[in-house]
Amino acid sequence: MNTECPLPVAEDETVRLGHGSGGELTQRLLRDYIYPHFDNPWIAQGHDSATLPLTNEQLVFSTDSFVITPLFFPGGDIGELAIYGTVNDLAMSGARPRYLSCSLILEEGLSMQTLARVMSSMGKAAAASGVQLVTGDTKVVEKGKGDGLYINTAGIGSVEHGLSIGAHSILPGDLILISGDIGRHGMAVMAKRESLEFEGPLLSDCAPLHEPILALLDAEISVHCLRDLTRGGLATALVELAETGSQQFYVREDDIAICEPVLGACEMLGLDPLYVANEGRFVAFVPAQQAERALAVLAQFSVTANSRVIGAVADGRTPQVILQNSLGCERLLDRLAGEQLPRIC
Amino acid sequence: MKFLHEYRQRDAAEKIAGEIARLVTRPWTIMEVCGGQTHAIVKFGLQQLLPEQIELVHGPGCPVCVTSLEVIDQAIAIASIPDVIFCSFGDMLRVPGSERDLLAVKGAGGDVRTVYSPLHALQLAEKNPDKEVVFFAIGFETTAPANAMTAFMAAKKGLHNFSLLVSHFLVPPAIETICSAADSRVQGFLAAGHVCAIMGYEQYLALARQHRVPIIVTGFEPLDILEGVLLCVRELERGGCAVQNQYVRAVERKGNIAAQQMLQRVFDITGQTWRGVGHIDASGLRLRAEYSRFDAARKFAPVTPILAGDSGCISGRIMQGQSKPCDCPHFGGRCRPEQPLGAPMVSNEGACAAYYRYRKRSTANEH
Repeated sequence: MNTECPLPVAEDETVRLGHGSGGELTQRLLRDYIYPHFDNPWIAQGHDSATLPLTNEQLVFSTDSFVITPLFFPGGDIGELAIYGTVNDLAMSGARPRYLSCSLILEEGLSMQTLARVMSSMGKAAAASGVQLVTGDTKVVEKGKGDGLYINTAGIGSVEHGLSIGAHSILPGDLILISGDIGRHGMAVMAKRESLEFEGPLLSDCAPLHEPILALLDAEISVHCLRDLTRGGLATALVELAETGSQQFYVREDDIAICEPVLGACEMLGLDPLYVANEGRFVAFVPAQQAERALAVLAQFSVTANSRVIGAVADGRTPQVILQNSLGCERLLDRLAGEQLPRIC
Repeated sequence: MKFLHEYRQRDAAEKIAGEIARLVTRPWTIMEVCGGQTHAIVKFGLQQLLPEQIELVHGPGCPVCVTSLEVIDQAIAIASIPDVIFCSFGDMLRVPGSERDLLAVKGAGGDVRTVYSPLHALQLAEKNPDKEVVFFAIGFETTAPANAMTAFMAAKKGLHNFSLLVSHFLVPPAIETICSAADSRVQGFLAAGHVCAIMGYEQYLALARQHRVPIIVTGFEPLDILEGVLLCVRELERGGCAVQNQYVRAVERKGNIAAQQMLQRVFDITGQTWRGVGHIDASGLRLRAEYSRFDAARKFAPVTPILAGDSGCISGRIMQGQSKPCDCPHFGGRCRPEQPLGAPMVSNEGACAAYYRYRKRSTANEH
């Protein structure tokens, strides 16, 4: 029971139901907290929808929702995730991210300071990704009916290449490239959520990935497939691709980089880093003879500087992912039944 | 964590495996007691490195697997009470009770939380004086000292809204039971290194002598386990039944005296029902009379459903080394991690979950 006398709260300190009413409060919210971070002609119109110049290029379209607790974590926050998540989904088709929409679902009582922080980092992330946030919506739900702040973004990207990038294009003999070490995002969030302290800094890898991918395409690498390693991590992504593409992958665990703090945290909790989420990592399937050139291109970008080959598409008929571990023994990778749970002792 | 790599090196593993292959002259069946070891064996594919004559069977050392259905039903009943915050290690949430699991209670609005340490639960009790906080205290001699510590601290702090649902198990009586079984196939044991880190290994000396089985205190990394197998095979081949300590970097002969004292201060030894195995005398722990006010089973006296009938799970046979997960007709079919018939398919330390998750190429197409 709260026995403290509630202090009067200045009008704009927290989100109130009225902020979602469409009236004066909504206007103020947009004017003071949202528009300043997204300066472009479309959003400035304040219209119900944005009219975008359509080109002859193919378009890709994607959407994602962000419901993370905590809103701020080492190496990022929900605002950055909401931009990079959709930007990266578009990038996985080899598209140049162009336009985003953003829907905010705010919980009554959210501090305006928190909202301002999130919007500011969304603005910066959008600028860093070269995308325009052109339309959006804001709703407020009653206290207790949301975790402070949910964000949905949808995005449109344009395709400037003639490749068909996807699991169906994967061919036996392709090499599997990974764009860096794995497990940082998931463990950074878990460490923060559970107040666990580990040795060494553990920062989320959350970052936009379109630049290195567009560079691969510019360098005329025949990219067969791309996949970002978000929920379910590397293992889940590979299993899905093997099944969708009806191919067999052979991967060497020793070639998969995992930094010491992630390894330590996973060991301690009994989690498998192969299944931990990333927000700035992807795998690329490329023809073997182009792999070296692809790695050289990726090496030019800090976010993909530590790219390497982790395996290959095998000739086997059964769609599955075979992992060779450090002892030279083999096992199959599979989906997890549900969430990864820490072990007991 | 630099420490770990040296226990996962291929050259060293192959060297030990070669040594085992050179020594072995006939088939031997060796049981690793702890579920953590089972997982390492299956995850790293250690059986692939061992000669065919060595069969590893999996012991009862999975805390989630041995917790009785009755206690899980009690947990579910207590977690369903309004104003109770029920705290548990994650694995327990998905273990099927008679009618449902703890996740279902959470889904229905119960306040069920995963914690990483029992002390987190204690903090929750301090922060929520108007709620009852119950911690599901499960596990072996490894988790028991920390759980004892929470009861001790709760008493010291004078907390009235904190209690433990205790389901603790002791390893040596289970080994004794397995050795005594008429149809036991187990010829040597890899004892659980972490249990021995707490309790030491003097208890095993009489056990090994009496049943003429070598017992090797063994760690959890691939090289630890291979070395444990090597020591065990060496002993078996020479007809010996010594107790040896492979895990010297963590285990001392007398164990951790301070932890043992905390255990004795808070708990005393009692009979215990092992799920799938049955009652074993003096194989469990209960809160001593002076701590009984922290006993959630007493405090809430939960009404539990009538025990469910036979699900078809053969966990008892698996945990006593009589069967392998693949021997079960339901493995990978009716019983899968997302739809478990029994606890060994749920837990991170359960043998069936390990077999399912780390299927080899050869078994992959069979299921």
